[in-house]
Amino acid sequence: MRRRVVLPDKDHHACGLFGVMDRSGKRFSGEMVVKAMKNMRVRGNGLGAGFAAYGIYPEYKDYYALHVMYQDWDEEAKREVDRFLDLNFDVVHTEEIPVNLEARVSDPPLFWRYFVAPSKKGDEKKLSDDDYVVKKVMEINTGIKNAYVISSGKDMGVFKGVGFPEEIAEYFMLESEYKGYIWVAHSRFPTNTPGWWGGAHPFCILDWTVVHNGEISSYGTNKRYLEMYGYYCTLLTDTEVMAYAVDLLMRKQGLPIEIVSKIFASPMWDHIDIMDEKKKKFYTTLRMVYAPLLINGPWTIIVARHGEMFGITDRIRLRPITSGEKGDILFISSEESAIRAVSPELDSVFTPMGGEPVIGRLKKEEKKIEEKVSEVIEGA
Amino acid sequence: MRYSIGGFRDLFLEGVRSVKELKHRVVLEGEVAEVDAKGLSHKELNDLTRYAVIQGAKKVIMKNVFGQRYIGTRLYFPNPKKKIEIEIHGFPGNDLGAFLDGHKVIVYGNAQDGVGNTMDDGEIIVHGRAGDVVAMSMRGGRILIRDDVGYRTAIHMKEYKEKVPVLVIGGTAQDFFGEYMAGGRVILLGLNLGNKPHRARYIGTGMHGGIMYIRGKVEQWQLGKEVGMVDMDEGDWKLLEKHITDFSNEFGFNADEILGGKFLKLKPVTKRPYGKIYAY
Amino acid sequence: MLEGEIHSHLLPDFIIERREDRCIRCRVCERQCGFNVHWYDEETDSMKEDEMKCVGCQRCVVMCPTKALIVKPYPGDYRANANWTKERILDLKKQAETGGVLLTGTGNDKPFRIYWDHIVLNASQVTNPSIDPLREPMELRTFLGRKPDKLEIEFNGDLDDVEIKTELSPNVMIETPIVFSAMSYGAISYQAFKALAMAANEYGTLFNTGEGGLPRELRKYGKNAIVQCASGRFGVDPEYLNCAAVIEIKIGQGAKPGIGGHLPGEKVTEPISITRMIPEGTDALSPAPQHDIYSIEDLSMLIYALKEATDYEKPVCVKIAAVHNAAAIASGMVRAGADIIALDGLRGGTGAAPKIIRDNVGIPIEMALASVDQRLREEGIRNKASILVAGGFRCSADIVKAIALGADAVYIGTAALVAMGCTLCQKCHTGICNWGICTQDPNLAKRLNPEIAKKRLVNLLRAWSLEIKEMLGGMGINAIESLRGNREHLRGVGLEDWELEVLGIKGAGE
Repeated sequence: MRRRVVLPDKDHHACGLFGVMDRSGKRFSGEMVVKAMKNMRVRGNGLGAGFAAYGIYPEYKDYYALHVMYQDWDEEAKREVDRFLDLNFDVVHTEEIPVNLEARVSDPPLFWRYFVAPSKKGDEKKLSDDDYVVKKVMEINTGIKNAYVISSGKDMGVFKGVGFPEEIAEYFMLESEYKGYIWVAHSRFPTNTPGWWGGAHPFCILDWTVVHNGEISSYGTNKRYLEMYGYYCTLLTDTEVMAYAVDLLMRKQGLPIEIVSKIFASPMWDHIDIMDEKKKKFYTTLRMVYAPLLINGPWTIIVARHGEMFGITDRIRLRPITSGEKGDILFISSEESAIRAVSPELDSVFTPMGGEPVIGRLKKEEKKIEEKVSEVIEGA
Repeated sequence: MRYSIGGFRDLFLEGVRSVKELKHRVVLEGEVAEVDAKGLSHKELNDLTRYAVIQGAKKVIMKNVFGQRYIGTRLYFPNPKKKIEIEIHGFPGNDLGAFLDGHKVIVYGNAQDGVGNTMDDGEIIVHGRAGDVVAMSMRGGRILIRDDVGYRTAIHMKEYKEKVPVLVIGGTAQDFFGEYMAGGRVILLGLNLGNKPHRARYIGTGMHGGIMYIRGKVEQWQLGKEVGMVDMDEGDWKLLEKHITDFSNEFGFNADEILGGKFLKLKPVTKRPYGKIYAY
Repeated sequence: MLEGEIHSHLLPDFIIERREDRCIRCRVCERQCGFNVHWYDEETDSMKEDEMKCVGCQRCVVMCPTKALIVKPYPGDYRANANWTKERILDLKKQAETGGVLLTGTGNDKPFRIYWDHIVLNASQVTNPSIDPLREPMELRTFLGRKPDKLEIEFNGDLDDVEIKTELSPNVMIETPIVFSAMSYGAISYQAFKALAMAANEYGTLFNTGEGGLPRELRKYGKNAIVQCASGRFGVDPEYLNCAAVIEIKIGQGAKPGIGGHLPGEKVTEPISITRMIPEGTDALSPAPQHDIYSIEDLSMLIYALKEATDYEKPVCVKIAAVHNAAAIASGMVRAGADIIALDGLRGGTGAAPKIIRDNVGIPIEMALASVDQRLREEGIRNKASILVAGGFRCSADIVKAIALGADAVYIGTAALVAMGCTLCQKCHTGICNWGICTQDPNLAKRLNPEIAKKRLVNLLRAWSLEIKEMLGGMGINAIESLRGNREHLRGVGLEDWELEVLGIKGAGE
C-alpha cells in the first residue's frame, strides 16, 4: 500500500441566496422564502438546498436544539450519538424530524433532533455553555462516523439536503410545520463535492448560520488558521470556514459585524494609504492582525443568529446582493426579482458596495447592539 | 464518496412547456401582442415572444415579469431584418437584451445584472435601476437607465467607426465604473445625489478607448491610473445635449437643468495601457 | 552608448555558420529574415550577420539556394550549474535590463513528463483478428454534442417508418476526430486563418476562430467553424454566432490558465480592426475572466444566453485550462449546460503569454482528461457532453491514446502550425514571423499561400487519419466509438502507482 497525503477537497459552488427577517419579531411560515427561492431556480442545479429558521421551537427555547444527520441511516452511528449525548447533556426531548415521504428528493439520510442542556464535568466546567456545545459538536462531527450535527443553536434549526429548494422545503414540510422570524435559504450549484446532504447550506454552529454564494480562494489559509482555535472543517466545503470565523470573531472575541466585515472584506491598501492617521492605523492594524481571515475570492454570504441577520459580499463584489425593505421586513437576496416575487411593492431597494454589510436587527435589541458597536469602534 | 446522489437535473430546461401548451398566454391584436409572464420560465417566455413575432407582432407587451432572463435575445431575424419593440412590466432577470439585434426594450421597473450584455444594436430603456455589468462589451445602440447602476458598468464597451454605443445613467454608479472600456460614450448624471459625491472607486481602470462624462463630484483618488481629465469641447456638449434631452423626455426631467451642471470628461491616457509592462 | 543606458549582458541564442565556399551573395537570407539578422557588406563583398537577433526559425536555411547556412544553438555557456541554468540566468538578466514581464509564444517547453510517451497501445494476436484498414471499412466519424440518456421512439413494426419522439440536442458531425484549435485572426495571419478554414471545410472537420471574430467573406465557412465567445467579446455579433457550427465559451487556455490575452496595438491593423470591431491601433485586451462569469451559475447564464441567441440550434462548448480541480469543474460545466467541454493542457500553445505562467501553471492534459472522463462517468453524466482535448498533440498515436483515455476528439493547434511552416521559434508574440503565420506584416504574411498551406493541412489530416485507422485495425476495432474510453487497450510503462491510478490504466504486463 502506498501512502499519500490527501488534502480534503474544498467545495466550489455558486448559488442563490435569500434571507428574510421580521424585525418586530413576528413569526411567519416558510412559504415566502420557498416562493422566493423558486423564482431563482436556475441559480442552483438541484444538488443542494437548505433553510435555517429562527424562533421555531418556542416550547424548548432554553435548550440547544441539535439537528443530527445520519448518513446512510447508520443505526450504529445513532446509538453512538445517543450514548454520547446522554453522557454529556441532559436530553429533555428527542424525536425524528418529521418528513414528507412524497417529496421528490434523492437518498435522504436520517434526521433526528435533540433538545439538550449541557451537563459539564471536571475541567469542562470552566467552559461557557456555548463553548462546551461547540466542543461537543466538533467531537461528534470528527469522531463519530456517519453522524453530522447540522445545527446546534437554541430555538432555531437547519433543514437541508439534495434537491431544488422547493423539494427540500416540501420534504421537511417547512411551509406547514414551522414559523420563524428569520428565514435564510440557499440553493446550491456544487462543482466540486458530490451532491451529499451534509454538503448543502446553511452551515451552522450554535445559532450562527451561514449561506454562501461563490468560492473562497483563501480557503486553505482561513481553514488552517481556524484550526488553531479548535475549529475543524469536516463538511468538505469552504462555507464552513465562514461559519467558524463568524463564531470566533463575533461570539468569542465580541467584535460586531461592522468590524468583522472589515476583516473579511478589508479596504484596499490604496484606500487605507489615503485615510487620516487614526483610521489608517486602525485599518492597518486590523489587516495585520487578522490577515489570515481575509476572505478572498468571489463571495456573498448571509449570516444569521438570534436577533440579527446580515448580508455582505467580497470587497470587489464579485457576487451579487440586493436588499429590500417593506415595513418591518428586511430582505436580502441574490436577485431583486426574487424579493419582488414575494413582495412586489417595496419601501426601498438597495445594493450595498462590496464589503459593506446590510444589517437587520430585532427592533428591541437594536439599541443595545448599536451601543456595543460604538463602544468597540471607539475603543479601536 | 458517491457522486450519483441527486442525478442530473437540468436547471433551465427541466419542465419547460411547449409553445403549443402556452400559446394561449399570447393575445395578439393587430401588430401588438400581450404576454402574461407570470410563472413562466426563462425559455418559455422567450419561446412565446419569438412565436408572437413570427405570428406578426411588432410590439410585445409583457406583464408580470419576475426575473425571466434574456428578454429580447432570441429575436435574431436576419432576413428580412425585424425591429421589434418590447415593453416589460415588472422586473426582468439577468442579461436583459443580451446580444440584442437592433430591437427596442422598455422596462417599467428595475432591471438586474447584465443589461445589454454584448448588445449589437437597438435601445434599452429602464424606468428604474439596474444591477452590475450593465452594457458589458456593448457594441452599438443606446441604453438609458433612470436610476443607479451597480459594479463594473460599461466594462469593455467598444466602438468601431460610426458604430458608437451610448449609455446614460441618471443616478450614480458603483466601483470599477468603465473598467477596461475600449470605446463608446458613457454619461453619468448623479441626479439623485444632491450635493453628495459619487462613491465609485477605480473609475476607468484599464480604460483604453471611449469617453466618460460624469456630472457631480469625483475626486482624483477615485479614478483609475489609466484615465485623465480633459476639457470639454463643442462636440462633447452637442453629444450631451442630444442624449440628455432624449433621457429627460423619456423620464420627465428638465434637460436644461441637467446640462447646467458641471461635467467631468474622462479619457484614457493611452490606447495602450499595458504596452510597457512586457519584455520581449 | 548614451550615458545611463544599460549595456546588454545577454548572450545570443543562436550561432550562424556561413559556408563561404557556397555563399553566392544572392542576399536571399537577408530578404527572408524579418528580424534583420543578415546584411550585405559591400566593402568586403560578403554577407554578415547579427547573431543577437537570430531566433533560430531556420527560414534562411531552408530558403538558401546553395544550402550555405547552418543555424544552431549558441554553444557558449556560463559555468555549469544545475540550479542556475543558462536559461534562468539569461531570463533574469533580461528582466534586470527591462523591468518587464517576460513574454513568449507556443507551449510549455519544460521537461514535464509527457505521459503519451509512457503509454503503449494494444494489438490483436490470435484471440481476436486484427482488421486490414486498407480494404475493410474503418470508421472515424464522430458526433460532438449532448446525447440523451435514452431514445423514445414510435415503432409500428415498420423499420422504414420509425418516429423519434425524444427531443435531441444539437450535434455536429466530423469525419475525423481531429479539430483545429482556436487561433484567432490577429494572433495568426489572414492567410493562415483562411487556410485552416479551407482545410477544415475540405476534410469535413472544424476550425476554431479564437477570439478575433470571423471576417465576413469567410462566414461561408461557418458550418465548419467553432466560433469563440471569450472575455474580450471581439467580433461577437448575432450573425457571427448564428453562422457557426459550434459556439465555444473560452474560460481558459492551457498555455496561460487564469490570465487574459493581449493583442498589442501594433497588430491591430485595419482588416483586424474591422473583424474585431475596434479602432485601429488600440490594444485588444481580453480580460482574465469573462466579466459576466464569476461563478458556475454565471457560466450557466452565458451558456443559455448563447443558446437563446442562436435559437437552441448549436452545441455550446466550454473550454478551460486543465487545472487542479479540472474534474470537478468539468462536472459543473456539464451541469451548467455545456454540450461539449474542451480541456487544454499544460503543453498547449499560445501566440503570447507570460513565460512564467506558460511554464508553471496547469496540469498535463493526460491527467486532466483521465480524471474528467472518470468523474463524469461516476456521476453518470458522461453522455451529456463530448470531450475535446488540446495541449501539445504531436502525432496520431497521441490522439489514439487520448481517445482511449476518454476523449471524443482532439484539438490540434501547434501541429497545424508546424504543418504550415512553423518551426517553434517561440517568437509569436513579437509579431514577426518569417513563415508568414504569426504576423500581421503584409510582406511577411503573403509568404504563406493559403492554397498551399491548406494542402499541407489536409495532407496532415489525411496522414493522421490513415494512421489512426491502422492502429484501430491492429486492435481489432473498426469504428472509433469502440476505442472511446476503452482503457483496456492502454498500458503504462515506467509510471508510478499513483500515475497509473489517475490515468486509470494498468501497467505493461498486468
